[in-house]
Amino acid sequence: MSQTSAGASPAGTAAGRVPAVAAYGIEKQYGQVRALRSASFEAFPGEVTALVGDNGAGKSTLVKCLAGVIQPDAGRIQVAGRDVVMHNPVQANGFGIETVYQDLALAPDLDAAANVFLGRELRRWKVLHNAKEMRRRTAESFAQLGVGMVQDLRVPVASFSGGQKQSVAIARAAMWAKNVILMDEPTAALGVIQTKKVLELIERVRDSGLAVVFISHNLPQVLEVADRIEVMRLGARVARFSRDDEGLTVDRLIASISGAYRNEPETGSENGQGAAA
Amino acid sequence: MSDEAKTAVELVAEQRTDAEKAAVQQQADALVEGAGISVDKAATVWQRLMGTQATFTFVALLALVIGFSVMGAGKFNTGSNFVNLAQNVAILTVLSMGATFVIVTAGVDLSVPSAVILGEVFAVKALSFVTVGDGTGVDVSGENTTATLLLVALAGSLFAGLTVGLINGFVVGYLKVPALIATLGTLGAGLGVAYLMQNGVNVATYALAPVATGQLIPGLPNLVLVAVFVALGSGVLLHLSVFGRHTYAIGSNEEAARRSGIKVERHLLKVYAFAGLMSGLGGYLSVAYFSTTSVAGHSTDNLNAITAAALGGTSLFGGIGTIVGTVIGVWIPAVLNNGLIIVGVQAYWQLVVVGFVLILAVWSDQLRRRSRSRR
Repeated sequence: MSQTSAGASPAGTAAGRVPAVAAYGIEKQYGQVRALRSASFEAFPGEVTALVGDNGAGKSTLVKCLAGVIQPDAGRIQVAGRDVVMHNPVQANGFGIETVYQDLALAPDLDAAANVFLGRELRRWKVLHNAKEMRRRTAESFAQLGVGMVQDLRVPVASFSGGQKQSVAIARAAMWAKNVILMDEPTAALGVIQTKKVLELIERVRDSGLAVVFISHNLPQVLEVADRIEVMRLGARVARFSRDDEGLTVDRLIASISGAYRNEPETGSENGQGAAA
Repeated sequence: MSDEAKTAVELVAEQRTDAEKAAVQQQADALVEGAGISVDKAATVWQRLMGTQATFTFVALLALVIGFSVMGAGKFNTGSNFVNLAQNVAILTVLSMGATFVIVTAGVDLSVPSAVILGEVFAVKALSFVTVGDGTGVDVSGENTTATLLLVALAGSLFAGLTVGLINGFVVGYLKVPALIATLGTLGAGLGVAYLMQNGVNVATYALAPVATGQLIPGLPNLVLVAVFVALGSGVLLHLSVFGRHTYAIGSNEEAARRSGIKVERHLLKVYAFAGLMSGLGGYLSVAYFSTTSVAGHSTDNLNAITAAALGGTSLFGGIGTIVGTVIGVWIPAVLNNGLIIVGVQAYWQLVVVGFVLILAVWSDQLRRRSRSRR
């Protein structure tokens, strides 16, 4: 289905590839604040796309639009080349988009399996939950993803370390995502070893062929795992980099984050979008 | 689009070689076994039990029962005394089921007394609409009552309880008024309505007596039977159903529940409606047991139900609680009361002891929570 509609997709698919998820000309205003000013974004299958920018650049707002948590005032969102409208996170899930939120969004008193299947419980006799089967599938998925840090699937996740919790949250996303996983600062609160584990997990998900989008302030880490980097400033995209670009350095990233460098046209309109391609 | 598409986990799985697949399966099995499903089942279940508040209170209850059985030998530890006890706690057991659900969502229901009393009043009103012989259903004696009368009264009670519960649920869930205030409001308003309907006067009726004192199982009053069924049903609902799991999720992290697609507002409405139904049923049983409405007689039912749930390990912060724990929590004050009378101590000591035990229980719950989240 994605192939048939590829022809209808806009110029953003310059390389002939269809973005797993894309946003064009997104506007979002909170009272007097214009959080997004014709923001655009693309993430391709099988790639880790990092979304970087200073505080208030609009990264989280953009990701929330893609996750269905908030609705843009204007602009288009596409999934696999098809225009979509998402009114809530569940609709985004329906399009194969899963989100790992900054504040985790796990229920601490439930165990890992219950969290993984929260809102999508396997049932017996329609009303009862099938705890045993959910636990079995959770164990299998954790093993597939190499989430070896969780010892006991029956313990409430409140007793897990930060890295374990984050692993559960990412594994949950990976168990349901069919297109894109969005992550808002997945390693912000983690130690060195936990961060390494989570990054490995991100790469494993990427290698499965899905698009991974992650927000991060840690630029060395971004350079380490990201295949592409999109930079936001004042609510719009100001620069795009690919892993192979010459001159892609932390300094260059900082320059684009602070406004000293840009490789995107100044306009915020969709026409500008076409010109960029 | 997504019907044929595979999830990340499925795609990862496909890329594995046979050798890797075997290793992964082994790891998965280890994870499941680590969860205590096959190996060491007894050990892990035991360890898990040891950590719970319910176990702590169960040991306390056991100690009380043994203590009174020794001190009041021949009086306390008789079959008839235990049946008597079970009868005394039956109505509170029913009320506490609703309280447990509400508290697990991190809410509270103070409106229990008004829902109970309205349940009583509506049961009697419903009976008064049925003409039997020269009078109404209210005048029928326990021996001559009919299933129709019992059901009509039950419908009245459940309607009253459900109405109070739905109002609570709407105000808490949709209007986002704190549960403490919302249910305080319906407590006062409900009591007022009950007084208005009765002019503050109680109505006596024996028509429902078989529900309480009849014995479908010889030696076991029906009242106890009803309480057992309600507790079992509540246990299934809270622990084994998707409804129960969502109840825990909302109390544990409301935002997480919402983002997972759980309709939080509607679920809260259902939870408070369930609590209201339990209160209405409590009113029905109360009329059946005491053969009269008691518009002034239930003023502390809400606090007793909360006490039972809290003693049993239900966390007032939500997300934690068991039906078994609440049942134990119902029995502790009752056993204390009964035992103290039998051994000749003033029963008022029960109030003192329960008060401090409650504080102790909630304090230890908080200690456990703090040590858990410190990691």
